[in-house]
Amino acid sequence: MGCQSSHPSAIPELDEIMLETGFSQANVVRLYDRFQALDKEQKGYLSKYDLQGIGELAVNPLGDRIINAFFKEGEELTDFRSFIRVLAHFRPLEKGKSNETGRPEPTPNSRLRKLQFAFQLYDQDSDGKISRDEMLQVLRLMVGIQVTDEQLACIAERTIQEADQDGDGAISFEEFATSVEKLNIEQRMSLRLLK
Amino acid sequence: MQPPTGPALASAPESPPGAAPGSPLLRWQWREVQAPCLVAGWILVASLAKIVFQLSKKVTSVVPESCLLILLGLGLGGIVLAITKRAEYQLEPSMFFLFLLPPIVLDSGYFMPSRLFFDNLGAILTYAVIGTLWNSFATGAALWGVKQAGLMDEGVEAGLMDFLLFGSLISAVDPVAVLAVFEEVHINETLFIIVFGESLLNDAVTVVLYKVFNSFVEMGPAHVQATDYLKGVASFFVVSLGGAAVGLLFAFLLALITRFTKRVRIIEPLFVFLLAYMAYLAAEMVSLSSILAVTFCGICCKKYVEANISRKSRTTVKYTMKTLASSSETVIFMFLGISAVDTSKWAWDTALVLGTLLFILLFRAVGVILQTWVLNHFRLTPLDRIDQVVMSYGGLRGAVAFALVILLDGAKVRAKDYFVATTIVVVFFTVLVQGLTIKPLVKWLKVKRSDHHKPTLNEELHEHAFDHILAAVEDVVGHHGYRYWRDKWEQFDKRYLSQLLMRKSAYRLKDEIWDVYCKLNIRDAISFVDQGGHVLSASRLTLPSMPSRSSMSESSVTNLLRESGSGACLDLQVIDTVRSRRDKEDAVMHHVLRGSLYKPRRRYKASYSRHFISPSTQERQDKEIFQQNMKRRLETFKSTKHNVCSAKSKARLKKDGRKKQKKSAANAELPNGKPPRSVTWQQTAAVLVAVDSDDEESDSSETEKEDDEGIIFIARATDEILQGKKASGSLDVCPSPRIIPPSPTSAEKELPWKGDRGDLAVYISSETTKIVPVDMQTAWKQSISSLESVASPPGAEPGLHAKTLAGPAPEERHVVPEQRTCFQFPNPLLRSSRPQSAGSPERTEQPELQPLMAPDEHGRMSTSAGPSNSRWLIQFNRAARFSDG
Repeated sequence: MGCQSSHPSAIPELDEIMLETGFSQANVVRLYDRFQALDKEQKGYLSKYDLQGIGELAVNPLGDRIINAFFKEGEELTDFRSFIRVLAHFRPLEKGKSNETGRPEPTPNSRLRKLQFAFQLYDQDSDGKISRDEMLQVLRLMVGIQVTDEQLACIAERTIQEADQDGDGAISFEEFATSVEKLNIEQRMSLRLLK
Repeated sequence: MQPPTGPALASAPESPPGAAPGSPLLRWQWREVQAPCLVAGWILVASLAKIVFQLSKKVTSVVPESCLLILLGLGLGGIVLAITKRAEYQLEPSMFFLFLLPPIVLDSGYFMPSRLFFDNLGAILTYAVIGTLWNSFATGAALWGVKQAGLMDEGVEAGLMDFLLFGSLISAVDPVAVLAVFEEVHINETLFIIVFGESLLNDAVTVVLYKVFNSFVEMGPAHVQATDYLKGVASFFVVSLGGAAVGLLFAFLLALITRFTKRVRIIEPLFVFLLAYMAYLAAEMVSLSSILAVTFCGICCKKYVEANISRKSRTTVKYTMKTLASSSETVIFMFLGISAVDTSKWAWDTALVLGTLLFILLFRAVGVILQTWVLNHFRLTPLDRIDQVVMSYGGLRGAVAFALVILLDGAKVRAKDYFVATTIVVVFFTVLVQGLTIKPLVKWLKVKRSDHHKPTLNEELHEHAFDHILAAVEDVVGHHGYRYWRDKWEQFDKRYLSQLLMRKSAYRLKDEIWDVYCKLNIRDAISFVDQGGHVLSASRLTLPSMPSRSSMSESSVTNLLRESGSGACLDLQVIDTVRSRRDKEDAVMHHVLRGSLYKPRRRYKASYSRHFISPSTQERQDKEIFQQNMKRRLETFKSTKHNVCSAKSKARLKKDGRKKQKKSAANAELPNGKPPRSVTWQQTAAVLVAVDSDDEESDSSETEKEDDEGIIFIARATDEILQGKKASGSLDVCPSPRIIPPSPTSAEKELPWKGDRGDLAVYISSETTKIVPVDMQTAWKQSISSLESVASPPGAEPGLHAKTLAGPAPEERHVVPEQRTCFQFPNPLLRSSRPQSAGSPERTEQPELQPLMAPDEHGRMSTSAGPSNSRWLIQFNRAARFSDG
């Protein structure tokens, strides 16, 4: 990234962030540096344009959806706290800590939260269901243009049928979670560097 | 394996009785054919034995085939011994290293799931290098200690160097044995690739250690000088890196050669085997690691070779390789058994044998645990205790150790006979006992098995989504790790290597997906008719191009599918698996998805078993995604800027569009004679893909099967766009445009044939230009220019064109409601605007939007268009002309 790393004391609410996200201080510092590097005008928050400025995201089919995921509904800006909160989803799950049930709310990097994050990327109108149209949109984003719309519609239809258990023609979060049960979510949705 | 020299089996030539002495009618010529006949005979026996083994499922499910083969060898050896009173057949080291080992190594290298391999390369190398070093020295030293303690027989005349030599040959995990046992166990892929990769890569270490210690022993320990140790260390690097380099060199040659075999398809497969074998021999010749050479040759050449050779050749290569490897393996294990019978080479020492067994097990376990402890600090998914147990226990020794110990010079290494006996015992113990028990052990420990279930559609889709998400987050976090370098490599490969090593037609390979698809359609239709048409209607799955359940039972199509099919099949020997119909049906779906899902960055090189990978995939994919993303972003800008919400319905829009299309199509028949109602989706695709090679386009239109109503082109006339620039002043109304799903209504607003021209403008945010990495900029330019060329008239009517079709080749696809917006490609003016925006370092807080339509520019642009693709061109012109009028 090129810039020298910030002093931990420069980061607002460092302790709360570490407590909330479970990141180590080194990671928070690193992410804060990144945050500031993205925030080119040093305004203290990021807009969507800052994130869209990341070149690689332009060639990521889900790039824009990811960007949107960093922003709360109806908000244009994200501060560091929210920024790191989103990234906390991708912290790898520690062995042993994963099955602690005593805590009232799961840590942001739990399997459940990881799944919820993914689910929200599909569920654009956040009605708790992936409708056929939403599925089609995602497929359209992710599938090359060689596949005709008709085939795509079939695939979407089939995908929904496959996961749909209550027959409402849409995938609820529970159905979504069931359908990816066999995937190793903890591993697939984790970045080693955020350990 | 060596042909017998004695007359025992070889019957003396004798003339048939009664033949005329002068000119015999028949002559018994055993001697002439003796050697090849014996080779063929042994292979035949071994292969027949395999058939017999497989007859009983019960036995083979419990006992690994390698064990059975060794036992068979023991039996046969016993029989031969009983008949001839002396051991006839041996596993000759030269035979083993020159003929039996290469096919197995080539097979494993060629079919290596390369993504897994390279993902775990760090761990594999650690285990292979450090682990093997540790095992050798620890075992050798410990045995020496036992000897010093006086527990060994006096007959074992061996010093420290001899024991270290023995340790070096006995401690290397053997690829043949590991492969034979592990592929029947079906442990999870990571574990498999680590153990197996280690067994392949430790060859370099073994060879070096063996040679160094052997020379030390021959020189006599007293004469060894410090420089010799240094030489030993240096030779490790030379042997391993040199071996790998030889492999790479031959892989390069091989790929280059296959590029030019178009007219000699029939010998294509031969080149693969010849070059790989040459790599092995060349490395052997200069005493580099030949196993490494062949492994790397196989891994590296595959991508290019697969792309270059024909499909039939691919199948040939695959089957021949499997056949050779399998028969080599069979023969090796059988001869191991036979060789063990020869007691003349045995010299038993209980302490040595037991000590060796104990030490190799113990030190392997210790080594694995220590190394894993270190490695787990760097791994995303740590290897847990159970994995470590399996890894320790899976350290099988095999024929390599045996061949090496036979190679020892009995005159110099006086304890050779003891070492031979011990090696045989160790090999038998590991292959028989550990091979037999590892399966129950794995079951008992509940080691994660590799599940070979085909992923469901959901899993396939979500998996891809997860990978994309992760890649995106990685970018946001700004992390450049291993994937970054892989990306760089991919780019290098794409730019130079693939260009050099792949023939042009290889780029078209992906169209085979559609060949398959079409075949399935035909098949489907046939079965549909055959069954009175109730199959499809009976099921809710009205998939026009999906095979119905009853339709795919034939083998040819599924074979095709399988060829192109799933990622990493770790059973290197397995070619076919039996699937249920349901699975097959799913396979088709997956196939379509696999072939066309955009690959997340980390998946670009996912697996070598995909035959349809084409070098241009990533490039094209990037362009497509980029275009679509930009489209959406632009759309968001527009919709937020204008904030217009008119109440026009989607249906209206569609109707308009279709009417338009109809009329335009009515003016002249469409190129492919489709009914005028539709511009088929494929055509749209072809326009978008126009950046790609030309034959792809024509192919896609040829193979297209179905029409699609959902997509409509909308062309816009120039003058209307020109009106738009006056709207530019109003752009700064909205300080930070919200990204909301663009509504159809805003699009409606901008449709050219609508009355309100006031708001029409094409804007491009300076952000958009800034975020584009350089190569994407060129891609963008390319795509723009291709669109230009599409939009431009055939040279005949430039005047008309200049008037009617202005810059942004307007184009729209109504795919999903969200995207039902009118999108305008930023036109090449982007180019002119880029320098400015890139030049200004400071940004205003609001993203600046720049009107793109400058009147002077638009004329230039239309002339710059090239008449590259006349077919689509006509289409666009029709629409354009219509809208103009």
